[in-house]
Order: sequence, then structure tokens, then C-alpha cells
Amino acid sequence: MSVENLVSFEDALASYDPVMGLEVHVELGTATKMFCGCSTAFGGEPNSQVCPTCLGLPGSLPVVNAVGVESAIKIGLALNCEIAEWCRFARKNYFYPDMPKNFQTSQYDEPIAFNGYLDVEVDGETFRVEIERAHMEEDTGKSSHIGGATGRIHGAEYSLVDYNRAGIPLIEIVTKPITGAGAKAPEVAKAYVAELRELIKALGVSEARMEMGQMRCDVNLSLRPLGQEKFGTRSETKNVNSLRSVERAARFEIQRHAAVLSEGGTIVQETRHFHEEDGSTTSGRIKEEAEDYRYFPEPDLVPIAPSREWVEELRAGLPELPRLRRRRLQQEWELSDKDMQAVLNAGAIDPILETVAAGAPADQARKWWMGELARRANESGTDLSAQPITPAQVARVCALVAEGSLNDKLARQVIEGVLNGEGEPDEVVAKRGLAVVSDDSALGTAVDEAIAANPGVADKIRDGKVAAAGALVGAVMKATRGQADAARVKELILERLGVQG
Amino acid sequence: MADLIRFTAAETAAAVASGDVSAVEVAQAHLDRISAVDEKVNAFLHVDTEGALAAARAVDDRRARGEELGPLAGVPLALKDVFTTKGVPTTCGSRILEGWVPPYDATVTRRLKDAGVVILGKTNMDEFAMGSSTENSAYGPTGNPWDLARIPGGSGGGSAAALAAFEAPLAIGTDTGGSIRQPGAVTGTVGVKPTYGSVSRFGLVAFSSSLDQGGPCARTVLDAALLHEAIAGHDPLDSTSVDAPVPPLVEAARRREIRGMRIGVVKEFGGEGYQDGVVQRFQEAVELLRELGAEVVEVSCPSFTLALPAYYLIAPSEASSNLARFDAMRYGLRVGDDGGRSAEEVTALTREAGFGPEVKRRIMLGTYALSSGYYDAYYGSAQKVRTLISRDFDAAFAGVDVLVSPTTPTTAFPIGERADDPMAMYLADLCTIPSNLAGNAAMSVPCGLAPEDNLPVGLQIIAPAMADDRLYRVGGAVEAAFTEKWGHPLLEEAPAL
Repeated sequence: MSVENLVSFEDALASYDPVMGLEVHVELGTATKMFCGCSTAFGGEPNSQVCPTCLGLPGSLPVVNAVGVESAIKIGLALNCEIAEWCRFARKNYFYPDMPKNFQTSQYDEPIAFNGYLDVEVDGETFRVEIERAHMEEDTGKSSHIGGATGRIHGAEYSLVDYNRAGIPLIEIVTKPITGAGAKAPEVAKAYVAELRELIKALGVSEARMEMGQMRCDVNLSLRPLGQEKFGTRSETKNVNSLRSVERAARFEIQRHAAVLSEGGTIVQETRHFHEEDGSTTSGRIKEEAEDYRYFPEPDLVPIAPSREWVEELRAGLPELPRLRRRRLQQEWELSDKDMQAVLNAGAIDPILETVAAGAPADQARKWWMGELARRANESGTDLSAQPITPAQVARVCALVAEGSLNDKLARQVIEGVLNGEGEPDEVVAKRGLAVVSDDSALGTAVDEAIAANPGVADKIRDGKVAAAGALVGAVMKATRGQADAARVKELILERLGVQG
Repeated sequence: MADLIRFTAAETAAAVASGDVSAVEVAQAHLDRISAVDEKVNAFLHVDTEGALAAARAVDDRRARGEELGPLAGVPLALKDVFTTKGVPTTCGSRILEGWVPPYDATVTRRLKDAGVVILGKTNMDEFAMGSSTENSAYGPTGNPWDLARIPGGSGGGSAAALAAFEAPLAIGTDTGGSIRQPGAVTGTVGVKPTYGSVSRFGLVAFSSSLDQGGPCARTVLDAALLHEAIAGHDPLDSTSVDAPVPPLVEAARRREIRGMRIGVVKEFGGEGYQDGVVQRFQEAVELLRELGAEVVEVSCPSFTLALPAYYLIAPSEASSNLARFDAMRYGLRVGDDGGRSAEEVTALTREAGFGPEVKRRIMLGTYALSSGYYDAYYGSAQKVRTLISRDFDAAFAGVDVLVSPTTPTTAFPIGERADDPMAMYLADLCTIPSNLAGNAAMSVPCGLAPEDNLPVGLQIIAPAMADDRLYRVGGAVEAAFTEKWGHPLLEEAPAL
């Protein structure tokens, strides 16, 4: 793929004001599909969770999943939306092989929820993202294109379609144009998706795991010269499926748009593909004219008219919302705004909470998730929750440190082992022989060797320069591959050299 | 044994229940009749000999075990090929579904089976129920048993012809714009379009979802009522299904008196385009209603003149979307899949080859009517007309119990006469369409033969939604009075096949 000429982010922002629109699809965690009784379980044999309705067989009819409607209303309420007193499903007509009926049952001009907002925090400042609408629809099947170089349909020899996903309930949440974020636009985009994900999880309507496609984001972005009112032409980057990618995609598009515009070019309205490998986007389908979906009200379904009593009942039952929960946790964990923001940005709240629930002290849990694990997630460009280690395993490592069996350095190796698939923490300890050595007889030899090898240092210590002992401790630690109990080593050195610590 | 094929459904059920005849004998008699005449009539697309005999045997076994049999157990039936039947082909009269064997039963199919009804096979129809003559079937036209060179009506011409040809005492049709009533009228049989939502559409291959309604076809009003009661009632699998009890239809059909009922004659249905003999028989029927003690008044429903254009926007719009699923990906016909063509090309080639001209015409009409920029002018306006028509009905029913009109402006026309003139064809449904747009109930019952061509004329009776029992009360009375007047049921005048 070609990474086009970009202008630097700073230069782009010096001339242009970014405007974003974010469309997020959330797969609801209902047990059954939106319009039939088929299971929504992930990972079934292809086409094993299908029936006449979700296969669109002739004669089949949809029946609305009441839990799906309830979930949609909860999401709408949590996003401070108005809930429609009366709304309908609509058919969105277009042909695609993974869409069984060649129309998607969705909502058009009568969404179930509309006119809301979500407050997000970036660098300690609150930014309000306005919500245009949240509506219900069904997912399509999943196409796999076989034989092509890229896995895309172009150049493929044949394609396979799995309809297990067809009919799984989706809520599409669309923002109003996000203006005024300036240089923080990419961070606002990421913070919005992160906040939305927290919200969805808190509501219990979906696990919202982006790496499993349960939450997918389209980033629409345009630039306008600073001071101009009118929006520029937008690009639509589809299926940006991690928090980090949302930020990178927005950033890349700002730089790309700026490059095109500053050379006097025009932005083509098109869909673009995001590439995880290098954070770039490439051109997808050009929208020469707006596709005509020929929406009309779905005649096979009756209107949805949620009673006000029901809506208020659902409002009253909303759980503690993430922002409030975060404030509470920040107090409990005694963190600064900055530290709390870092925890949030890293997606570490749930891993930390789950680690605490598994028995670790909060500060220890945070230390590991925000330190070693966050660093590795960042390096590999993956989400923290996608790391191959469980909160229970991290909690076990914390326990081993607390009981003195491991020091920090060894603990890091244990975590590395778990991440490498070497098994549970205790197995890694056993296999790698990672235990703190504080046994004097074992350490004594190493201490003697260190003193013998560094006579100059030993003399300085004998002369009272106790601080020089650090060099000998380092030598012992090196010799024992970090397994020695450093404090005991120092004591032994001073003892051997007849110096009081 | 009397001629089993001429029994009514009620008589057949009674004979089976009493043991005078076995269900297998009844089924075999009808299968023999089909073998003897259907080559000429072409009412059936598929005869399920094995399935029919097995169902009949099951009824006989239940009787042998002393189990109570329902009011239609052992009665044969012809099922319009638009309802899915598990393990039995369902084509909707289209090439594009040739060879498709559904993995599931429609709710109507299941209810028939549960009632012990013996399904003989699937009947011919205009492709996807689009037509008024059954000439649009991909599998050849059906002949009208009164004159095989004439159309049996449509789209349910196969079901109506099967009744008139004594191939089955009962049939199921679907009525989107008149597809049960108009075939009933031109074949001298009884056809009922139930209230929209009162018979499940689950498993009814959709033409126009907001208009489609399955319903009973029979040779007598009582038989239609028995069948109607067997298939009607709430179905959780159809979201548009009405969750309310079905009024007592059989009881209404047996009443045979209409003294004091108020009956409205729709002023707008008559005049230019109506065949003289049809108007004459209709007026005689109105006179008969008066003689039977009904109070007859003329009512005006001015919006009905807009019904036909509104229908030809709404029905094709919904059809264009409903028929999008026929894309060669999962079932049915597949054309041009040579390994080199894209899915899009195969879909296009399949739809080109698999759909007939009338279906293509309506898909194009509907696609256009729903297009951005035209939606409000076409689909939107048509929906408003629908509201106006409903208001006209409401106003009329405020003063009368039922409305009456001719079912269709002419008697059966010769096969081929209107095949190239869609507008002339569409006029056949002029009087039936308003009830589909409003979702109320309507029946066609024979009211004699037009003097000029000796072909059947139908009287249409229209009742408010969920007052289907009124159709049976009036229809039963009219049928009884005419039968007495003629000295025999109308169908006895049909020529031998």
C-alpha cells in the first residue's frame, strides 16, 4: 500500500480545522438474533446458527427481539437521548451477497433514540460530543474472499458466506459533526469511542469487544480552512476497530487531507480502508453519487411504541455511569487526574478491577497493567484487554511478590512467560526456576566471588564508603541472574567486609 | 358410493367421520380426477400423491383409534403454490424458484395439516401472484373449467379452477388486489379475502407485504367458513397478525337470513367498462337482498377511483424489495455461474432469465417509485390515498353493515386477449383493490351467469375489519336463495370436462 505524502500534524492544524463524524456499530449481547430465535453465540460452525428468517428464505417473516429494543432504549437513555414515542423499522435496499434479503432491516427517519450527548474527558478537560441518533438494525453475514492476495473481493477466486452473523442485533450510534476539537480531534475521537465502550459495558447490553468486532467504528473526517464556516468534503474510513486505531485514523486523515488541500487538490468523497500495520488509509469505493437505498417503512413489522412508563422504568434502572464510576474509583485508588486519565486511555480500568477482585491490592494491580503490560500493548499496537494474560494471573504474580517469592525483576519475567504462553504464573516460576534466592549459603559464594573480583571497590567500602556497595550488589545480582534478594546481598557484603550498614 | 368429487367439504368430512368413506378413498378419487382432467385444466403445478395419501391414511388411522376428528379431517385441498410446504416444491409460478424445496411449512400449511386436511398439491398462479389471469405463470396458463380457452382469473387461477373442475373441494388462495375474489367470480366459486392480519402470512412468499392476505376458496359458503376458521387466528411468527379472536364464521354461514341488515351499494363501481350481463346479474342480486329483508341503500366512496393507481405504486414498491432476495446465492435458479463471472453478474443473469415480463415490469415500477426524489410523489402519495380510502370505508360502514358490488367488471376473458395490455388487465381488479388497501374483509359469491356469454358473475360483499362473519351471513343467505331459485348450485351448469 502506498503511504501518500503527508504534511505534519502540526502544520495541518496550523491551517485547517478538522470536523469529525463518528458512526459506531455495537453488536448487542442478546441471546438470540434481532428478528428470529437463532443463537448469537460467537464462533459456531459456519451457517450452523441460521433459520428461514435470518437466511431470508421466501415466505419468512421477522419478529422483533424485545431485549434488543430494551437495549436500544437503555443506550439511548445513557446517551441523554430522547426516546421516540413511536418509531418504525425501515428497509435499506441494496444488493450484496452476504445480505440474505438484499435489504437490511434498519431504521431511517424514525430512530428509536435521538438528540443526545456524551461528555468525554481529554487532558482533564470535558468535551461534549453531541449524538444525532441511535437506531436499531441487523448485521449482515460475513464474506470471506478466497484466493486473492489481499483477502478483499477484488482478485479473489471465490467467496464464502457465513450467515451466522446475519440478523445479530446492532445499534448504530451516530454523532453530530464534532467541531472545535482542533489538534485534540484524534484524542477526542479515541476518548469518545472509549467512553462509549465503557458505557455500553456498564449497561450490560454488550461486551463491546472491539477485537471481536462487537464494536466497530467508522471515522468520517473533513478539514476546513481555519475561520471557514462551511464543512469540507469528507472521507469515510470504515471499520476502524481499536481505540488506538481510531486515533491514528483520524490523525492520518487530517495529515492526508491537509496534504491534498495544501497542494490545491480536492478531497474525493469516498470510503477508505484503515491499515493497522502502518496507520494509513487507502481509497476504497468512490461514492460518485450518494447511493440510493430506497428506504421505506418495513411492512412486515409493526411500529415500536415504547410506553413512557417503561422508558422511565428503564431510566430508573440505569447502572452507575462510567464517568461517575471513574470519579469514584479515582478517589478510592487515590490517583491524580493525570494518572486516572492514563488508566482510562490505556483501557486499564476493567483489567485493574478484575485483578483487584482476584485478590491483588489496587496499587499493585495498577502498577502491572499500567507498566509492563501497557508498554507491551503499546509496542504491539494492541488493546490492553487483548493481552494474553488474565487478571487472575496478574493477581497471582502480585501475591507471589507480596509473599517474597518474587522480586519485581523476577515478576516481570513471570509475566513475560505467561504472555509467551508458558502457562500459569506458578508453572512459569517452576519451569524457569525463578525464585528469589535469600539463602545465605547460596548467596555467600556469589558475594565472595564479587568481592574477590572487585578488590578496589571492596577497599572503598572497608574505608567507609558504604554507598559503593551498590556496585558489588549489582555484580551479585548479575551473577545470580536477578534471582538474589538484593537487600540480603547488601547485608552479606557489609558483613563480610566488617562494615556497619 | 356417490360421486366423491362432487361432495362439499362439509359432506366429505361428515362421511369420513362417520366411516361411510375412508379419507384414502376420498383422496384417491380426487387424485384420479386430477389425472383425468388436469392435463386440460393445468390447475396444478405439483401433485403430491404420496403426501396426500399419507395424510389421508393418518386421518383414517386416527378414526380407527377412536380419536375425534376435526371438521375438515380427510377433506382434500389444493394449495396455492405461494405457501411454503416442507419437502414439497414451492415455485410461486416462477422460473426463479424452479426446484426449490422449502425446509419449512407456512403457518397456513401447518394449520391445514393439523386439521387433518389432505393437501393434494400446489396450484398454478400468476408469477409471484402478479396478474389477474394466471397467464403470467412460468408454467403455462390455467384454463377456466367453464371454457378452457378463457382465463380462470388470477393470480389464484389454479386454486379456483381446481374447485370448478372438481379436482378439490377446497383451496387456499392469496389476495393482494383481488387474487382470491376475482378468480372466484369468473369460475363460479366462493372466494374470501379475510381481514388483513387475521390469517398468518408466515410462509406466504411475499408479493406486497402490507396487502397480501391468504384466504379460503371453496364451492360453497359454508365450506369457505369451515376452511377460514381452520387457518385463521393469531400467529406469533407474523408480527402483523391480529391478536383477537376470529368471529364465529361457520355459525354465520349457517344462519341464512339477513332480515334487517343494512347493505350499501357502492356507487362508484359501475358504468363504463362494466359488462352489461355483469351489471344485470349484480342488480338482480341487489334485488334479491331486498327480497330477503335487507335494507339496501346507495353509498358513495369517492376515493375508490384513486385505488387502482395507488395500488400500482404500493404493491410494486414493496415487491421490488421483497423480490430482491432472489439473487441466485442461496436457493432457486442460478444462471451463468461458470467460475469466471462475479456474483453480481450471476445475480443479474439469473434475474434476467428467472423473472417473467410482468414481474420485471413491477420491480422496475417499484424501484422507481421508491427512488430518492420520487418517494414522496409516488409511494408517499399512494399511502395518503390509502388513508382516504380507509376513511371512505369508515364513513360507509357507519351507515351500513356490508357493502356490495360486482366482484370484477367482466366475465372471464379469452386467454391472450389482455396479455399485451397491462392496463386492461389491471382493470379486472378495480372493485377488489380498495379492500386490500384498507385491510378489511371481502367475499365473492356466485350470482348467476351473464346472459351474453353464459359465464359466471360474482357478487362482492365487503365487511369492516374483523367483521368477517358478516360476509358469511350475507353470502350464505344469497347462496341459499339463488340455489333455490336456480334449482341447483351454479357449478352444475358448467360443461363436462
